[in-house]
Amino acid sequence: MPRYIAQRLVAAAVMAILASAVIFLIANLVPGDPVLAQLGDIAASDPATVLRWRAKWGLDLPLWERYGIFLQGLAHGDLGISIATRRPVLDDIIQYAPATVELATVAFLLSLLVGIPLGIAAAVWRDGWTDSLARAISLLGVSAPTFWLAFIMLAVFYGGLEWAPGPGRLDPIAFPPEGPTGFFLIDALWQQDWETFRDAAAHLVLPSIVLAAATVGLITRTTRAAMLDSLQQDYVRVSRAKGMREWSVVMRHALPNALVPVVTLGGLAYANLLAGAVMTETVFSWPGLGRYTFRSAAALDFPAIVGITLVVSVTYLLVNLMVDLSYAVLDPRVRR
Amino acid sequence: MSASAAPLALPPTRSHLRRRLRRYGPAWLGGGIVLAWVLIALLAPWIAPYPPDAVDVTSRLLPPSAAHWMGTDTLGRDVFSRLLHGARLSLFAGFSVVLLGAALGTLIGIVAAWARGWWDEGLMRLTDLVLCFPPIILALAIAAALGIGPVNTILAMLVVWWPKFARLARALALVQRSQEYVEAATVLGLRPRRILARHILPNTLGPLAVLVTLDLGNAILTFAGLSFLGLGVIPPTPEWGSMVAEGRELVEQWWVATFPGLAILTVVVGFNFCGDGLRDWLDPKGRSR
Repeated sequence: MPRYIAQRLVAAAVMAILASAVIFLIANLVPGDPVLAQLGDIAASDPATVLRWRAKWGLDLPLWERYGIFLQGLAHGDLGISIATRRPVLDDIIQYAPATVELATVAFLLSLLVGIPLGIAAAVWRDGWTDSLARAISLLGVSAPTFWLAFIMLAVFYGGLEWAPGPGRLDPIAFPPEGPTGFFLIDALWQQDWETFRDAAAHLVLPSIVLAAATVGLITRTTRAAMLDSLQQDYVRVSRAKGMREWSVVMRHALPNALVPVVTLGGLAYANLLAGAVMTETVFSWPGLGRYTFRSAAALDFPAIVGITLVVSVTYLLVNLMVDLSYAVLDPRVRR
Repeated sequence: MSASAAPLALPPTRSHLRRRLRRYGPAWLGGGIVLAWVLIALLAPWIAPYPPDAVDVTSRLLPPSAAHWMGTDTLGRDVFSRLLHGARLSLFAGFSVVLLGAALGTLIGIVAAWARGWWDEGLMRLTDLVLCFPPIILALAIAAALGIGPVNTILAMLVVWWPKFARLARALALVQRSQEYVEAATVLGLRPRRILARHILPNTLGPLAVLVTLDLGNAILTFAGLSFLGLGVIPPTPEWGSMVAEGRELVEQWWVATFPGLAILTVVVGFNFCGDGLRDWLDPKGRSR
């Protein structure tokens, strides 16, 4: 087992370095010119200004030299300076990450809370109305464009019914809670600031439903399929034959085995939520990584784009690694 | 079950019909939706009541009425006409990304499976490498760097789109190479052409076709998303994602953003129904799922 973990860790590290090279190449070889995006037409028409600007950001060096500098910085935990915000990219990422992680975590919990029971019900009462409902929910969740769903939710529950607060993480006049984590829910609890806690929680409702929509479908489908499989196993028939109540058969015997694929899928779904937050955050003015990514891309802020893509793909790699390792723990045959 | 019952040509009973409807109803519905949208895309210039870019500031933000079925937008353009025209770009983008991505991916996968050894290793590591990027973020970065416009956005999506097809095609090709049923068919004296056409082809193309169909909805969603973020099209072009973006601040004038979103939803639902139906039809074992 340690050998297997070591192998996987080395492979993941190699992939991360290769990924950094690829994203660096893509960001630097494409024709888009950050000079135009940053300086504007007037300054960009003056060659001296452009040259000075290029030299300042190291854009006059050959590509391999720039990648060398980038790698050197990376080894020191330095992702470079964002051209748009003039701040270290890593600082930006650290500042914006908690908002996204908080939103993605709430959305993830929500999709588990809805998806798993719905999947179980759909499998137990197969072809009944719960099954149809589960199908409809997962189909709509997967098919509805996130940005449109966000608009509809805001229009109906904020604009129309006024049940939910508007965009953002807090009321515009409220102060963010002081705290060590940057997660408003946790920081507000920490400060025992119930007012802020309620405000932050209320602002999370709509965006987390929107973000969870696609994942709910995925988890429902996987749970249903896995439950159908395990309900057909011999041990289920045996438990039924010896007179166990159906509820116990489903919950104690069929469900634990069915959850294995759900858990592993869940890991990947969580990583996808982090990436999928781009649309949701843009519509809900959520000050997180998704909106930061979009802004950096729009401003051709290459250090930021490279940094964020690298951070997110390393997260992806780590989640994949953990999923594989959990397979190895759950299923000894994988260990070789 | 119905597949094995069909050759007997029994008169269909009511429950039999109901089962068939349950099984194939969504697929036919999905096919109908997709066909309808394809026709709309082809015929848009002739069936749209107004030109898609006819600005009329005297009639801006009108609610849906007999004259403007889906109302008008901030520039007084007819939302219904723009929606019909928007079908062209959305479907074009979806089909080109998925078909080109599938072709490229299948080629890479089959070459890898055929060559084995270093080529296989190299190509598959490349595939893994692209797969380890979150697709939306990578596509967003590339599309932003290439510049705004549908062709650039399609190119950016292609970069992230081929790997799943490469993996599937390689796995399928490897499996088919050493299948017992191929040997069995040979032993039974079937002609090679028949084996290829009736046994190997359905087994390799089937899963690919299912992935292509299910993926079309995905590609249309992603393209609309990138357009929504301002990358897909240059403004006056009618496109569903950018239409939603134009109307997203207009909560009172809900029609501007709602209808284009519904258009995306119906197309994607249509492709999902088709893909599920295709999978059930090609894989009778998984049918009960």
